[in-house]
Amino acid sequence: MTARSPLTRGIPVVLLCFALMVAAIVFAPFIGSTDISFGAVFSRRIPFADNIDAQIFFLARLPRALAAALVGGTLAAAGAVFQGLLRNPLAEPYTLGISAGASLGAMVAITFGAMLPTGGVATAGLAGAGLAVLVVYALANARHRGLSTTVLLLSGVTLNAFFWALILLVQYSSDFAETYRALRWLMGDLDVVGYSSIVTALPLIVIAFVAFAWLARPLNLLSLGAEAAGARGLNVARAQRVAFFSGSIATAGAVSIGGPIGFVGIIVPHLIRLVVGADHRLVLPASACFGAAFLVACDVVARTVAAPLDLPVGIITALAGGPFFLWLLLRRR
Amino acid sequence: MSATNWLGRVRAINPRRLRRVVGLAALLLTAMTVGSPRTIAQARAGEGPSGNVDSVGAAPRGRPDTGARPTRIISLVPSVTEMIFAMGAGPNVVGVSSYDHYPPEVATRPRLGALVDPDFERILTLHPDLVLVYGSQEDLVRRLDAAHIASFSYQNGGLDNVTTTIRRLGERLRRPADAERLAASIEADLDRVRQAVTGLARPRTALIFGREGGSLRGLYASAGVGFLHDLVELAGGDDVFGDIRRENLQVSTEMLLARRPDVVIEIHASEGWTPTRLAEERRVWDVLPALPAVRTGHVYLLADDSLSIPGPRVAGIAEQFARLLHPDAFRRATPQAH
Repeated sequence: MTARSPLTRGIPVVLLCFALMVAAIVFAPFIGSTDISFGAVFSRRIPFADNIDAQIFFLARLPRALAAALVGGTLAAAGAVFQGLLRNPLAEPYTLGISAGASLGAMVAITFGAMLPTGGVATAGLAGAGLAVLVVYALANARHRGLSTTVLLLSGVTLNAFFWALILLVQYSSDFAETYRALRWLMGDLDVVGYSSIVTALPLIVIAFVAFAWLARPLNLLSLGAEAAGARGLNVARAQRVAFFSGSIATAGAVSIGGPIGFVGIIVPHLIRLVVGADHRLVLPASACFGAAFLVACDVVARTVAAPLDLPVGIITALAGGPFFLWLLLRRR
Repeated sequence: MSATNWLGRVRAINPRRLRRVVGLAALLLTAMTVGSPRTIAQARAGEGPSGNVDSVGAAPRGRPDTGARPTRIISLVPSVTEMIFAMGAGPNVVGVSSYDHYPPEVATRPRLGALVDPDFERILTLHPDLVLVYGSQEDLVRRLDAAHIASFSYQNGGLDNVTTTIRRLGERLRRPADAERLAASIEADLDRVRQAVTGLARPRTALIFGREGGSLRGLYASAGVGFLHDLVELAGGDDVFGDIRRENLQVSTEMLLARRPDVVIEIHASEGWTPTRLAEERRVWDVLPALPAVRTGHVYLLADDSLSIPGPRVAGIAEQFARLLHPDAFRRATPQAH
């Protein structure tokens, strides 16, 4: 009997994560702070415009579950890509200043939205993220042929600090109401009210995932180091560029939907690696599916645990996920 | 790289992330325990965090009360500034807060900061004999005490607190008769509104005072405590979030749909809210067609700075609300109401 390869052994885990994601999305809309009649939800006799139960299900809960799945899956997969690209376990979707750029855009829209044609918080967030991506890329590309991951990391961290200073400046110049709303935005919120913000971000996220699928093998080679990867025939500069841009636009899309929700992008890839090993052909799909399931579950907790109040989901992700990850980490040792 | 390798490197948990999480958790706890900022709407007007209503109009401190009328008054609280002017002491006001816009005369007075950033040095240079501060500005009160300047702490409260504060303030300003006249006329105006809607069906009303532009995300609503809630109820509405004993709350889409408001009143500051923008933002509500208020066309957006100030103009706010909630009652019953 031959030993099965790690790849084969990991496939059931990926399938399990996928099943968890589907189950989470299907069941989440059935849980909520309000008692609704599911008979009425799916009744064809009541016109949709008059059917409060159906609207709670289809306009409040279902878009939230889909948004949570999309954001969670995207952040987790982008986290895995950035950790692979930067060869740094502490990397996450927010390391390179993209979320800080998005947050700055959102802060400007919240504070000056009444006076400037910012086109809404989500759009302004995307614009801010785009600006951050271009600045970081230009810096990392400036004096090297190909990307320097060290420069990428350092310029990202610096840009983060720079953008946060601007965010604080914007907040300082706004009044209490705006500051409070801005802080609330920074805690993450998946109550998207309908599907428009999901539809806006979806093209970016789909493009990113196509790139992620291509990136699995290049990231495996990059984990050996750029020189070794080059010696094995990988076009290192191209792989790095694809990883950087796809991870960045995925992050921008996710943040434009739910704000900078923390924890998912850094911990979920590590959690998956603890189970399936470091092969990105397993880590990427499993992280995406588990990240989706995890954030949907966290959002269910966020909107029911203190009902009728909604807790910020970014608090639940760390409060619920942190101890679980630490337990897994210690158990595995 | 093997899983164990990753494991080893993960052990160094990023302290920056930890700090951010701890900071956010602390912020949330603070927001939950203090009932969040004294309602977003009042915060917009520079009103301070809510305090204990029992301590309305605390005793003057600092220099012993000589019994003389204060002649150099500074007010850091917009609603109190309005009260002072309305009882005729406006000419004695020598400084106001950065959020004061009414009455128009305040534009000629120096602006001295507000709740979180009072400019103590400039306050001293104006030689005030009475400074009106928020109840939570304990540091400022201590510094004024040290400089032997009398202060008068204001606490937010419900609608009753407006006239209570006016009477207490009148005593402190040695204008009890002016204050009594003002308070009585506000009470009479409020009574007129109350009577106009007595016995009428009470539409379920949601009072919204903040959300993201162009979408219904991040909705903040008035809940069961505070002068805005009291005004909705007085104007003949049934506050759909009235059972929640907080001054404001963030409302999820589900909660809004489940509470089925017949009327939605959204209030904004006037700055930047042109009629075109108000019309555009009104249309944003159409994404929830089953909401009774949307279906029947009873979503109203008001852009008026007075709406968030618990001052002498509260009866005007009550009437604005009542006219939206019960237009027929006002058309036939109260021709005297302007």
